Amino acid sequence: MNKVMSNKFVIALYILPALLLILVLVYVPIVLTGYYGLMDWDGIGEMSFIGLENYTRLLSDPKFWGSALNSLLLAIFSGVSLIGYLAISLVLAAKIKGANLLRKIYLIPMLLSSVAIAQLWLKVYHPINGLLNSFLVNIGVDNPPSWLANPDLVLGAIFVPIIWQYAGFYILIYYAALKNIPDTVIEAAKIDGASPLQIAYRIKLPLILGVIKVTIVLSFVGSLKYFDLIWVMTGGGPNGASEVIASYMYKQAFNSYNFGYGSAIGFALLLLCLLATVFIQKLTKSDDDIQY
Amino acid sequence: MNGTEHDVSRKNNNEGNMLGKVGYGILYLILGIIAFLQIYPLIWLVIFSLKSNQEVFNASPFALPIEPRWENYTTVWTQGNISLYFFNSVWITLVSVILTVLIASLATFAITRMVWKLNKLVLGLFMVGLMIPVHSTIIPLFNFFLNINLIDHPLALILTYTAFNLPLTIMILLGFYTTLPREIEEAAIIDGSSIHRIFVQIILPLTMPVMSTTFIINMIYNWNEFVFINTFISSDRFKTLTVGIQNFIGQYSTDWGAIGATLVISVLPILIAFVFLSNKIVEGIAAGAVKG
Repeated sequence: MNKVMSNKFVIALYILPALLLILVLVYVPIVLTGYYGLMDWDGIGEMSFIGLENYTRLLSDPKFWGSALNSLLLAIFSGVSLIGYLAISLVLAAKIKGANLLRKIYLIPMLLSSVAIAQLWLKVYHPINGLLNSFLVNIGVDNPPSWLANPDLVLGAIFVPIIWQYAGFYILIYYAALKNIPDTVIEAAKIDGASPLQIAYRIKLPLILGVIKVTIVLSFVGSLKYFDLIWVMTGGGPNGASEVIASYMYKQAFNSYNFGYGSAIGFALLLLCLLATVFIQKLTKSDDDIQY
Repeated sequence: MNGTEHDVSRKNNNEGNMLGKVGYGILYLILGIIAFLQIYPLIWLVIFSLKSNQEVFNASPFALPIEPRWENYTTVWTQGNISLYFFNSVWITLVSVILTVLIASLATFAITRMVWKLNKLVLGLFMVGLMIPVHSTIIPLFNFFLNINLIDHPLALILTYTAFNLPLTIMILLGFYTTLPREIEEAAIIDGSSIHRIFVQIILPLTMPVMSTTFIINMIYNWNEFVFINTFISSDRFKTLTVGIQNFIGQYSTDWGAIGATLVISVLPILIAFVFLSNKIVEGIAAGAVKG
Protein backbone atom coordinates (compact mmCIF):
# COMPACT_ATOMS: atom_id res chain seq x y z
CA MET A 1 0.00 0.00 0.00
CA ASN A 2 2.49 2.58 1.18
CA LYS A 3 4.89 1.68 -1.59
CA VAL A 4 2.29 2.42 -4.24
CA MET A 5 0.99 5.55 -2.51
CA SER A 6 4.43 7.06 -1.98
CA ASN A 7 5.74 6.62 -5.51
CA LYS A 8 7.65 9.87 -6.04
CA PHE A 9 7.17 9.90 -9.78
CA VAL A 10 3.38 9.58 -9.50
CA ILE A 11 3.20 12.25 -6.80
CA ALA A 12 5.13 14.66 -9.00
CA LEU A 13 2.91 13.84 -11.96
CA TYR A 14 -0.25 14.63 -9.97
CA ILE A 15 0.90 17.71 -8.08
CA LEU A 16 3.09 19.47 -10.64
CA PRO A 17 0.44 20.83 -13.02
CA ALA A 18 -1.29 22.67 -10.17
CA LEU A 19 1.94 23.65 -8.46
CA LEU A 20 3.56 25.03 -11.60
CA LEU A 21 0.48 27.05 -12.52
CA ILE A 22 0.19 28.68 -9.11
CA LEU A 23 3.92 29.31 -8.79
CA VAL A 24 4.35 30.79 -12.27
CA LEU A 25 1.09 32.75 -12.47
CA VAL A 26 0.50 33.79 -8.84
CA TYR A 27 3.64 33.65 -6.71
CA VAL A 28 6.30 34.73 -9.21
CA PRO A 29 4.21 37.76 -10.27
CA ILE A 30 3.81 38.78 -6.62
CA VAL A 31 7.58 38.91 -6.21
CA LEU A 32 8.04 40.59 -9.60
CA THR A 33 5.54 43.34 -8.70
CA GLY A 34 7.77 44.35 -5.81
CA TYR A 35 10.81 44.17 -8.08
CA TYR A 36 9.27 46.15 -10.97
CA GLY A 37 8.40 48.77 -8.36
CA LEU A 38 12.11 49.53 -8.23
CA MET A 39 12.20 50.34 -11.93
CA ASP A 40 11.50 53.25 -14.20
CA TRP A 41 9.59 51.45 -16.95
CA ASP A 42 6.92 52.28 -19.53
CA GLY A 43 5.91 48.65 -20.06
CA ILE A 44 7.41 48.38 -23.54
CA GLY A 45 10.98 49.73 -23.49
CA GLU A 46 13.96 48.91 -21.27
CA MET A 47 13.66 49.05 -17.50
CA SER A 48 16.07 51.20 -15.57
CA PHE A 49 16.75 50.67 -11.89
CA ILE A 50 15.84 53.68 -9.76
CA GLY A 51 15.93 52.15 -6.29
CA LEU A 52 13.16 53.16 -3.92
CA GLU A 53 12.15 56.25 -5.89
CA ASN A 54 8.70 54.88 -6.83
CA TYR A 55 8.04 53.92 -3.24
CA THR A 56 9.05 57.29 -1.82
CA ARG A 57 6.97 58.98 -4.52
CA LEU A 58 4.06 56.80 -3.40
CA LEU A 59 4.39 58.01 0.19
CA SER A 60 4.10 61.65 -0.86
CA ASP A 61 1.52 61.21 -3.63
CA PRO A 62 -1.76 62.85 -2.51
CA LYS A 63 -3.67 60.95 -5.22
CA PHE A 64 -2.46 57.65 -3.81
CA TRP A 65 -3.46 58.63 -0.29
CA GLY A 66 -6.81 59.88 -1.57
CA SER A 67 -7.45 56.51 -3.20
CA ALA A 68 -6.22 54.67 -0.11
CA LEU A 69 -8.62 56.72 2.03
CA ASN A 70 -11.53 55.81 -0.26
CA SER A 71 -10.58 52.12 -0.13
CA LEU A 72 -10.38 52.35 3.64
CA LEU A 73 -13.79 54.05 3.83
CA LEU A 74 -15.32 51.28 1.71
CA ALA A 75 -13.68 48.70 3.96
CA ILE A 76 -15.07 50.35 7.10
CA PHE A 77 -18.58 50.70 5.56
CA SER A 78 -18.45 47.03 4.61
CA GLY A 79 -17.38 46.04 8.10
CA VAL A 80 -20.20 48.03 9.68
CA SER A 81 -22.79 46.63 7.27
CA LEU A 82 -21.94 43.15 8.58
CA ILE A 83 -23.98 44.04 11.69
CA GLY A 84 -27.07 44.43 9.54
CA TYR A 85 -26.45 41.14 7.72
CA LEU A 86 -25.97 39.43 11.05
CA ALA A 87 -29.27 40.79 12.38
CA ILE A 88 -31.11 39.62 9.26
CA SER A 89 -29.48 36.18 9.53
CA LEU A 90 -30.50 35.84 13.18
CA VAL A 91 -34.10 36.48 12.19
CA LEU A 92 -33.92 34.17 9.17
CA ALA A 93 -32.40 31.33 11.15
CA ALA A 94 -35.05 31.58 13.91
CA LYS A 95 -37.49 29.13 12.36
CA ILE A 96 -38.91 31.57 9.84
CA LYS A 97 -41.07 29.94 7.19
CA GLY A 98 -39.61 30.45 3.73
CA ALA A 99 -36.16 31.26 5.10
CA ASN A 100 -34.53 28.99 2.56
CA LEU A 101 -36.24 30.71 -0.37
CA LEU A 102 -35.54 34.17 1.06
CA ARG A 103 -31.83 33.59 1.46
CA LYS A 104 -31.67 32.31 -2.12
CA ILE A 105 -33.42 35.44 -3.36
CA TYR A 106 -30.98 37.59 -1.38
CA LEU A 107 -28.10 35.78 -3.05
CA ILE A 108 -29.12 36.45 -6.67
CA PRO A 109 -27.19 39.75 -7.19
CA MET A 110 -24.01 38.04 -5.99
CA LEU A 111 -24.16 35.71 -9.00
CA LEU A 112 -24.08 38.51 -11.55
CA SER A 113 -20.94 40.03 -12.99
CA SER A 114 -19.82 43.31 -11.46
CA VAL A 115 -19.87 44.78 -14.97
CA ALA A 116 -23.55 43.94 -15.44
CA ILE A 117 -24.33 45.22 -11.94
CA ALA A 118 -22.44 48.44 -12.64
CA GLN A 119 -24.25 48.99 -15.95
CA LEU A 120 -27.61 48.32 -14.32
CA TRP A 121 -26.92 50.74 -11.46
CA LEU A 122 -25.71 53.40 -13.90
CA LYS A 123 -29.29 53.27 -15.17
CA VAL A 124 -30.73 53.24 -11.64
CA TYR A 125 -28.75 56.41 -10.89
CA HIS A 126 -29.45 58.09 -14.24
CA PRO A 127 -30.15 61.72 -13.26
CA ILE A 128 -33.38 62.07 -15.25
CA ASN A 129 -34.77 58.68 -16.30
CA GLY A 130 -33.21 56.58 -13.59
CA LEU A 131 -35.18 54.51 -11.12
CA LEU A 132 -34.00 56.39 -8.06
CA ASN A 133 -34.54 59.96 -9.20
CA SER A 134 -37.89 59.11 -10.83
CA PHE A 135 -38.98 57.69 -7.50
CA LEU A 136 -37.72 60.76 -5.64
CA VAL A 137 -39.57 63.09 -8.02
CA ASN A 138 -42.74 61.00 -7.57
CA ILE A 139 -42.63 61.47 -3.81
CA GLY A 140 -42.14 65.20 -4.21
CA VAL A 141 -38.37 65.81 -4.11
CA ASP A 142 -37.40 68.75 -6.30
CA ASN A 143 -34.16 68.51 -8.23
CA PRO A 144 -32.79 65.21 -6.96
CA PRO A 145 -28.99 65.14 -7.24
CA SER A 146 -26.84 63.60 -9.97
CA TRP A 147 -25.53 60.89 -7.69
CA LEU A 148 -22.47 59.82 -9.62
CA ALA A 149 -21.43 63.28 -10.79
CA ASN A 150 -21.36 64.79 -7.31
CA PRO A 151 -17.99 64.31 -5.57
CA ASP A 152 -19.65 64.39 -2.15
CA LEU A 153 -22.20 61.70 -2.97
CA VAL A 154 -20.37 59.39 -5.36
CA LEU A 155 -18.68 57.12 -2.83
CA GLY A 156 -21.92 56.56 -0.92
CA ALA A 157 -23.77 56.02 -4.19
CA ILE A 158 -21.27 53.35 -5.19
CA PHE A 159 -21.54 51.65 -1.83
CA VAL A 160 -25.25 50.91 -2.33
CA PRO A 161 -24.77 48.46 -5.24
CA ILE A 162 -21.87 46.92 -3.31
CA ILE A 163 -24.26 46.16 -0.44
CA TRP A 164 -26.82 44.96 -2.96
CA GLN A 165 -24.24 42.60 -4.45
CA TYR A 166 -22.75 41.14 -1.27
CA ALA A 167 -25.58 41.16 1.31
CA GLY A 168 -26.83 37.73 0.24
CA PHE A 169 -23.33 36.29 0.44
CA TYR A 170 -22.77 37.25 4.08
CA ILE A 171 -26.33 36.35 5.07
CA LEU A 172 -25.74 32.94 3.52
CA ILE A 173 -22.56 32.41 5.57
CA TYR A 174 -24.14 33.58 8.85
CA TYR A 175 -27.30 31.59 8.21
CA ALA A 176 -25.32 28.39 7.62
CA ALA A 177 -23.29 28.97 10.78
CA LEU A 178 -26.39 29.69 12.90
CA LYS A 179 -28.12 26.57 11.56
CA ASN A 180 -25.10 24.57 12.72
CA ILE A 181 -25.76 25.44 16.37
CA PRO A 182 -27.29 22.33 17.97
CA ASP A 183 -30.96 22.74 18.88
CA THR A 184 -30.29 21.24 22.32
CA VAL A 185 -28.19 24.27 23.29
CA ILE A 186 -31.00 26.67 22.44
CA GLU A 187 -33.64 24.47 24.10
CA ALA A 188 -31.61 24.31 27.29
CA ALA A 189 -31.35 28.10 27.37
CA LYS A 190 -35.10 28.45 26.82
CA ILE A 191 -35.81 26.09 29.73
CA ASP A 192 -33.55 28.26 31.88
CA GLY A 193 -35.79 31.19 30.97
CA ALA A 194 -33.54 33.07 28.55
CA SER A 195 -35.32 35.59 26.29
CA PRO A 196 -34.80 35.44 22.49
CA LEU A 197 -32.53 38.50 22.68
CA GLN A 198 -30.44 36.91 25.44
CA ILE A 199 -30.18 33.72 23.42
CA ALA A 200 -28.99 35.70 20.41
CA TYR A 201 -26.42 37.74 22.35
CA ARG A 202 -25.18 35.29 24.93
CA ILE A 203 -25.37 32.00 23.06
CA LYS A 204 -25.70 32.30 19.29
CA LEU A 205 -23.24 35.12 18.65
CA PRO A 206 -20.43 33.68 20.82
CA LEU A 207 -20.92 30.30 19.15
CA ILE A 208 -20.44 31.71 15.65
CA LEU A 209 -17.67 34.13 16.63
CA GLY A 210 -15.14 32.27 14.48
CA VAL A 211 -17.31 32.74 11.40
CA ILE A 212 -17.85 36.40 12.23
CA LYS A 213 -14.09 36.92 12.36
CA VAL A 214 -13.68 35.27 8.97
CA THR A 215 -16.30 37.59 7.49
CA ILE A 216 -14.65 40.67 8.99
CA VAL A 217 -11.39 39.75 7.27
CA LEU A 218 -13.23 38.90 4.04
CA SER A 219 -15.20 42.13 3.87
CA PHE A 220 -12.29 44.34 4.91
CA VAL A 221 -9.66 42.84 2.63
CA GLY A 222 -12.21 42.34 -0.16
CA SER A 223 -13.04 46.05 -0.01
CA LEU A 224 -9.37 47.06 -0.14
CA LYS A 225 -9.13 45.17 -3.47
CA TYR A 226 -12.39 46.53 -4.86
CA PHE A 227 -12.20 47.45 -8.55
CA ASP A 228 -14.64 46.18 -11.22
CA LEU A 229 -17.79 47.98 -10.21
CA ILE A 230 -16.09 51.32 -9.58
CA TRP A 231 -14.09 51.07 -12.79
CA VAL A 232 -17.24 50.64 -14.86
CA MET A 233 -19.49 53.07 -12.97
CA THR A 234 -17.24 56.08 -12.49
CA GLY A 235 -13.70 55.17 -13.53
CA GLY A 236 -12.67 56.70 -10.20
CA GLY A 237 -14.26 60.06 -10.97
CA PRO A 238 -15.50 62.70 -10.76
CA ASN A 239 -12.05 64.17 -10.26
CA GLY A 240 -10.78 61.24 -8.19
CA ALA A 241 -13.68 61.33 -5.72
CA SER A 242 -14.28 57.57 -6.06
CA GLU A 243 -10.71 56.52 -6.89
CA VAL A 244 -9.59 53.39 -5.02
CA ILE A 245 -6.14 51.84 -4.79
CA ALA A 246 -6.77 49.23 -7.49
CA SER A 247 -8.23 51.72 -9.96
CA TYR A 248 -5.37 54.15 -9.37
CA MET A 249 -2.86 51.37 -9.94
CA TYR A 250 -4.63 50.27 -13.12
CA LYS A 251 -4.68 53.82 -14.49
CA GLN A 252 -1.01 54.41 -13.74
CA ALA A 253 -0.02 51.20 -15.51
CA PHE A 254 -2.40 50.74 -18.41
CA ASN A 255 -3.54 54.31 -19.14
CA SER A 256 -0.39 56.32 -18.30
CA TYR A 257 2.17 53.56 -19.00
CA ASN A 258 3.90 54.09 -15.67
CA PHE A 259 4.45 50.37 -15.19
CA GLY A 260 7.14 50.87 -12.56
CA TYR A 261 5.01 53.17 -10.44
CA GLY A 262 1.93 51.02 -11.02
CA SER A 263 3.87 48.00 -9.76
CA ALA A 264 4.84 49.90 -6.64
CA ILE A 265 1.15 50.66 -5.99
CA GLY A 266 0.27 47.00 -6.64
CA PHE A 267 2.90 45.91 -4.15
CA ALA A 268 1.62 48.41 -1.59
CA LEU A 269 -1.88 46.95 -2.10
CA LEU A 270 -0.56 43.46 -1.42
CA LEU A 271 1.17 44.62 1.77
CA LEU A 272 -1.97 46.45 2.92
CA CYS A 273 -4.10 43.34 2.39
CA LEU A 274 -1.66 41.12 4.30
CA LEU A 275 -1.27 43.68 7.08
CA ALA A 276 -5.03 44.10 7.41
CA THR A 277 -5.49 40.33 7.61
CA VAL A 278 -2.89 39.92 10.34
CA PHE A 279 -4.07 43.00 12.19
CA ILE A 280 -7.75 41.99 12.24
CA GLN A 281 -6.85 38.47 13.34
CA LYS A 282 -4.73 39.86 16.19
CA LEU A 283 -7.43 42.33 17.15
CA THR A 284 -10.20 39.76 17.29
CA LYS A 285 -8.12 37.04 18.85
CA SER A 286 -9.55 35.54 22.00
CA ASP A 287 -8.60 32.61 24.20
CA ASP A 288 -11.79 30.65 23.71
CA ASP A 289 -11.67 30.53 19.94
CA ILE A 290 -14.33 28.31 18.49
CA GLN A 291 -13.20 26.52 15.36
CA TYR A 292 -15.26 27.00 12.22
CA MET B 1 -57.69 33.82 44.23
CA ASN B 2 -56.49 30.92 42.28
CA GLY B 3 -58.90 31.76 39.49
CA THR B 4 -57.74 35.39 39.13
CA GLU B 5 -54.13 34.39 39.03
CA HIS B 6 -54.98 31.98 36.30
CA ASP B 7 -56.86 34.69 34.41
CA VAL B 8 -53.98 37.12 34.69
CA SER B 9 -51.49 34.66 33.42
CA ARG B 10 -53.78 33.72 30.52
CA LYS B 11 -54.26 37.38 29.68
CA ASN B 12 -50.52 37.91 29.67
CA ASN B 13 -50.17 34.90 27.48
CA ASN B 14 -52.71 36.27 25.02
CA GLU B 15 -50.96 39.60 24.91
CA GLY B 16 -47.71 37.79 24.38
CA ASN B 17 -49.22 35.91 21.46
CA MET B 18 -50.59 39.12 19.99
CA LEU B 19 -47.26 40.85 20.40
CA GLY B 20 -45.54 37.79 18.97
CA LYS B 21 -47.81 37.80 15.96
CA VAL B 22 -47.37 41.51 15.33
CA GLY B 23 -43.63 41.09 15.83
CA TYR B 24 -43.51 38.24 13.36
CA GLY B 25 -45.59 40.27 10.94
CA ILE B 26 -43.10 43.15 11.10
CA LEU B 27 -40.17 40.76 10.68
CA TYR B 28 -41.76 39.17 7.62
CA LEU B 29 -42.46 42.62 6.22
CA ILE B 30 -38.80 43.63 6.63
CA LEU B 31 -37.53 40.37 5.15
CA GLY B 32 -39.99 40.77 2.29
CA ILE B 33 -38.89 44.35 1.58
CA ILE B 34 -35.26 43.23 1.45
CA ALA B 35 -36.18 40.44 -0.97
CA PHE B 36 -38.05 43.00 -3.09
CA LEU B 37 -35.04 45.36 -3.13
CA GLN B 38 -32.75 42.49 -4.16
CA ILE B 39 -35.01 41.47 -7.03
CA TYR B 40 -36.62 44.68 -8.26
CA PRO B 41 -33.60 46.22 -10.08
CA LEU B 42 -33.43 43.03 -12.14
CA ILE B 43 -37.13 43.12 -12.95
CA TRP B 44 -36.74 46.76 -13.92
CA LEU B 45 -33.84 45.74 -16.17
CA VAL B 46 -36.04 43.26 -18.01
CA ILE B 47 -38.77 45.92 -18.29
CA PHE B 48 -36.56 48.56 -19.88
CA SER B 49 -34.92 45.98 -22.12
CA LEU B 50 -38.31 45.63 -23.80
CA LYS B 51 -38.95 49.35 -24.27
CA SER B 52 -38.24 51.77 -27.07
CA ASN B 53 -36.18 54.84 -26.29
CA GLN B 54 -39.26 56.98 -26.67
CA GLU B 55 -40.93 55.06 -23.88
CA VAL B 56 -37.84 55.17 -21.71
CA PHE B 57 -37.47 58.92 -21.96
CA ASN B 58 -41.13 60.01 -22.03
CA ALA B 59 -43.03 57.57 -19.84
CA SER B 60 -42.62 56.60 -16.20
CA PRO B 61 -39.71 54.20 -15.63
CA PHE B 62 -41.99 52.09 -13.44
CA ALA B 63 -44.50 51.47 -16.23
CA LEU B 64 -44.59 48.18 -18.08
CA PRO B 65 -43.73 48.39 -21.78
CA ILE B 66 -46.82 49.24 -23.84
CA GLU B 67 -45.88 46.62 -26.35
CA PRO B 68 -42.82 44.51 -25.48
CA ARG B 69 -40.15 45.07 -28.11
CA TRP B 70 -38.56 41.63 -28.37
CA GLU B 71 -36.76 42.92 -31.44
CA ASN B 72 -34.37 44.69 -29.04
CA TYR B 73 -32.99 41.21 -28.34
CA THR B 74 -32.81 40.04 -31.93
CA THR B 75 -31.19 43.33 -32.92
CA VAL B 76 -28.34 43.16 -30.40
CA TRP B 77 -27.88 39.43 -31.00
CA THR B 78 -27.60 39.76 -34.78
CA GLN B 79 -26.18 43.24 -35.36
CA GLY B 80 -23.59 43.73 -32.65
CA ASN B 81 -20.91 41.23 -31.70
CA ILE B 82 -22.93 40.02 -28.73
CA SER B 83 -23.43 36.51 -30.11
CA LEU B 84 -19.67 36.24 -30.71
CA TYR B 85 -18.91 37.46 -27.15
CA PHE B 86 -21.48 35.03 -25.82
CA PHE B 87 -19.88 32.02 -27.50
CA ASN B 88 -16.42 33.16 -26.40
CA SER B 89 -17.70 33.35 -22.82
CA VAL B 90 -19.14 29.85 -23.16
CA TRP B 91 -16.07 28.10 -24.51
CA ILE B 92 -13.44 29.99 -22.51
CA THR B 93 -15.45 29.37 -19.33
CA LEU B 94 -15.95 25.67 -20.11
CA VAL B 95 -12.33 24.95 -21.03
CA SER B 96 -11.03 26.81 -17.96
CA VAL B 97 -13.46 25.10 -15.61
CA ILE B 98 -12.75 21.58 -16.90
CA LEU B 99 -9.02 22.23 -16.67
CA THR B 100 -9.34 23.70 -13.16
CA VAL B 101 -11.43 20.88 -11.73
CA LEU B 102 -9.23 18.20 -13.31
CA ILE B 103 -5.90 19.70 -12.20
CA ALA B 104 -7.29 20.49 -8.75
CA SER B 105 -8.55 16.90 -8.39
CA LEU B 106 -5.12 15.54 -9.29
CA ALA B 107 -3.47 17.85 -6.76
CA THR B 108 -6.00 17.14 -4.02
CA PHE B 109 -5.55 13.41 -4.57
CA ALA B 110 -1.78 13.74 -4.22
CA ILE B 111 -2.09 15.97 -1.15
CA THR B 112 -4.67 13.96 0.77
CA ARG B 113 -4.23 10.36 -0.35
CA MET B 114 -0.55 9.94 -1.14
CA VAL B 115 2.31 9.77 1.32
CA TRP B 116 5.05 12.40 1.05
CA LYS B 117 6.80 14.85 3.28
CA LEU B 118 6.07 18.23 1.71
CA ASN B 119 2.33 17.81 1.27
CA LYS B 120 1.42 20.17 4.15
CA LEU B 121 3.73 22.85 2.78
CA VAL B 122 2.29 22.57 -0.73
CA LEU B 123 -1.23 22.71 0.65
CA GLY B 124 -0.29 25.86 2.58
CA LEU B 125 0.95 27.39 -0.65
CA PHE B 126 -2.45 26.88 -2.26
CA MET B 127 -4.34 28.19 0.77
CA VAL B 128 -2.28 31.39 0.98
CA GLY B 129 -2.99 31.85 -2.72
CA LEU B 130 -6.61 32.55 -1.75
CA MET B 131 -5.64 35.84 -0.19
CA ILE B 132 -3.50 37.34 -2.93
CA PRO B 133 -5.07 40.37 -4.62
CA VAL B 134 -5.36 40.00 -8.38
CA HIS B 135 -4.17 43.55 -8.98
CA SER B 136 -0.82 42.86 -7.37
CA THR B 137 -0.09 40.27 -10.07
CA ILE B 138 -1.49 41.87 -13.16
CA ILE B 139 1.47 43.94 -14.40
CA PRO B 140 3.96 41.02 -14.25
CA LEU B 141 1.36 38.71 -15.80
CA PHE B 142 0.77 41.18 -18.62
CA ASN B 143 4.51 41.40 -19.21
CA PHE B 144 4.89 37.62 -19.04
CA PHE B 145 2.18 36.93 -21.61
CA LEU B 146 3.55 39.72 -23.80
CA ASN B 147 6.98 38.07 -23.79
CA ILE B 148 5.67 34.62 -24.67
CA ASN B 149 3.34 36.03 -27.35
CA LEU B 150 0.14 35.15 -25.58
CA ILE B 151 -1.23 38.67 -25.22
CA ASP B 152 -4.52 38.85 -27.09
CA HIS B 153 -4.69 35.06 -27.04
CA PRO B 154 -7.40 33.09 -25.19
CA LEU B 155 -4.80 30.75 -23.73
CA ALA B 156 -3.58 33.60 -21.48
CA LEU B 157 -7.08 33.78 -20.01
CA ILE B 158 -7.53 30.03 -19.65
CA LEU B 159 -4.20 29.61 -17.85
CA THR B 160 -4.82 32.57 -15.56
CA TYR B 161 -8.38 31.55 -14.71
CA THR B 162 -7.18 28.04 -13.95
CA ALA B 163 -4.29 29.17 -11.76
CA PHE B 164 -6.33 31.68 -9.77
CA ASN B 165 -9.25 29.30 -9.19
CA LEU B 166 -7.11 26.35 -8.10
CA PRO B 167 -6.87 27.38 -4.41
CA LEU B 168 -10.63 27.72 -4.01
CA THR B 169 -11.31 24.50 -5.91
CA ILE B 170 -8.75 22.53 -3.93
CA MET B 171 -10.17 23.92 -0.70
CA ILE B 172 -13.68 22.71 -1.54
CA LEU B 173 -12.45 19.32 -2.83
CA LEU B 174 -10.26 18.82 0.23
CA GLY B 175 -13.15 18.53 2.66
CA PHE B 176 -14.67 15.72 0.62
CA TYR B 177 -11.42 13.84 -0.08
CA THR B 178 -10.50 13.62 3.59
CA THR B 179 -13.80 11.89 4.38
CA LEU B 180 -13.18 9.02 1.94
CA PRO B 181 -12.02 5.90 3.81
CA ARG B 182 -8.50 4.60 3.17
CA GLU B 183 -9.88 1.11 2.62
CA ILE B 184 -10.94 2.15 -0.85
CA GLU B 185 -7.36 2.36 -2.12
CA GLU B 186 -6.17 -0.55 0.02
CA ALA B 187 -8.73 -2.88 -1.49
CA ALA B 188 -7.97 -1.67 -5.01
CA ILE B 189 -4.22 -2.11 -4.55
CA ILE B 190 -4.69 -5.65 -3.26
CA ASP B 191 -6.71 -6.31 -6.40
CA GLY B 192 -3.70 -5.12 -8.36
CA SER B 193 -5.03 -1.78 -9.63
CA SER B 194 -2.52 0.84 -10.69
CA ILE B 195 -2.68 4.23 -9.00
CA HIS B 196 -3.95 5.88 -12.16
CA ARG B 197 -6.80 3.39 -12.36
CA ILE B 198 -7.65 4.09 -8.74
CA PHE B 199 -7.81 7.81 -9.47
CA VAL B 200 -9.73 7.62 -12.73
CA GLN B 201 -12.07 4.70 -12.06
CA ILE B 202 -12.68 4.97 -8.33
CA ILE B 203 -11.85 8.40 -6.89
CA LEU B 204 -13.16 10.61 -9.69
CA PRO B 205 -16.59 8.91 -9.81
CA LEU B 206 -16.80 8.99 -6.01
CA THR B 207 -16.05 12.72 -5.88
CA MET B 208 -18.58 13.55 -8.61
CA PRO B 209 -20.92 15.47 -6.21
CA VAL B 210 -18.19 17.80 -4.93
CA MET B 211 -16.67 18.14 -8.40
CA SER B 212 -20.02 19.35 -9.69
CA THR B 213 -20.12 21.92 -6.87
CA THR B 214 -16.69 23.26 -7.80
CA PHE B 215 -17.67 23.13 -11.47
CA ILE B 216 -20.66 25.42 -11.04
CA ILE B 217 -18.83 27.84 -8.71
CA ASN B 218 -15.90 28.12 -11.12
CA MET B 219 -18.32 28.61 -13.95
CA ILE B 220 -19.91 31.59 -12.24
CA TYR B 221 -16.56 33.21 -11.36
CA ASN B 222 -15.10 32.74 -14.84
CA TRP B 223 -18.24 33.86 -16.62
CA ASN B 224 -18.16 37.11 -14.61
CA GLU B 225 -14.40 37.76 -14.70
CA PHE B 226 -13.44 41.23 -15.90
CA VAL B 227 -9.94 42.45 -14.97
CA PHE B 228 -7.86 39.78 -16.70
CA ILE B 229 -9.81 39.83 -19.92
CA ASN B 230 -9.87 43.61 -19.95
CA THR B 231 -6.07 43.59 -19.66
CA PHE B 232 -5.02 40.61 -21.79
CA ILE B 233 -7.44 40.66 -24.72
CA SER B 234 -7.71 43.53 -27.18
CA SER B 235 -9.27 42.10 -30.34
CA ASP B 236 -13.00 41.59 -30.66
CA ARG B 237 -12.82 38.00 -31.79
CA PHE B 238 -11.63 36.80 -28.36
CA LYS B 239 -13.61 39.11 -26.11
CA THR B 240 -16.10 37.64 -23.67
CA LEU B 241 -19.39 39.17 -22.52
CA THR B 242 -18.11 41.18 -19.56
CA VAL B 243 -15.71 43.21 -21.68
CA GLY B 244 -17.87 42.92 -24.79
CA ILE B 245 -20.89 44.56 -23.22
CA GLN B 246 -18.63 47.35 -21.97
CA ASN B 247 -17.61 48.12 -25.57
CA PHE B 248 -21.08 47.65 -26.92
CA ILE B 249 -22.61 49.97 -24.35
CA GLY B 250 -19.88 52.51 -25.04
CA GLN B 251 -21.06 52.63 -28.64
CA TYR B 252 -24.81 52.58 -27.99
CA SER B 253 -24.80 54.55 -24.77
CA THR B 254 -28.19 56.17 -25.37
CA ASP B 255 -30.14 53.13 -26.55
CA TRP B 256 -31.57 51.83 -23.27
CA GLY B 257 -33.50 49.00 -24.87
CA ALA B 258 -30.38 47.61 -26.55
CA ILE B 259 -28.31 48.00 -23.37
CA GLY B 260 -30.98 46.28 -21.31
CA ALA B 261 -31.27 43.40 -23.76
CA THR B 262 -27.48 42.95 -23.78
CA LEU B 263 -27.33 42.88 -20.00
CA VAL B 264 -30.18 40.39 -19.76
CA ILE B 265 -28.44 38.12 -22.29
CA SER B 266 -25.22 38.33 -20.28
CA VAL B 267 -26.79 37.36 -16.94
CA LEU B 268 -29.39 34.87 -18.20
CA PRO B 269 -27.19 31.73 -18.29
CA ILE B 270 -26.19 32.21 -14.65
CA LEU B 271 -29.76 32.90 -13.57
CA ILE B 272 -31.02 29.80 -15.39
CA ALA B 273 -28.29 27.73 -13.75
CA PHE B 274 -29.35 29.17 -10.39
CA VAL B 275 -32.98 28.18 -10.88
CA PHE B 276 -32.01 24.54 -11.43
CA LEU B 277 -28.91 24.25 -9.26
CA SER B 278 -29.54 26.71 -6.42
CA ASN B 279 -28.70 24.17 -3.70
CA LYS B 280 -25.39 23.30 -5.32
CA ILE B 281 -24.54 26.97 -5.79
CA VAL B 282 -25.45 27.88 -2.21
CA GLU B 283 -23.36 24.96 -0.95
CA GLY B 284 -20.39 25.92 -3.13
CA ILE B 285 -20.46 29.59 -2.17
CA ALA B 286 -20.67 28.72 1.52
CA ALA B 287 -17.79 26.24 1.19
CA GLY B 288 -15.66 28.67 -0.77
CA ALA B 289 -16.46 31.65 1.42
CA VAL B 290 -12.83 32.71 1.63
CA LYS B 291 -12.97 33.77 -2.01
CA GLY B 292 -15.22 36.73 -1.09
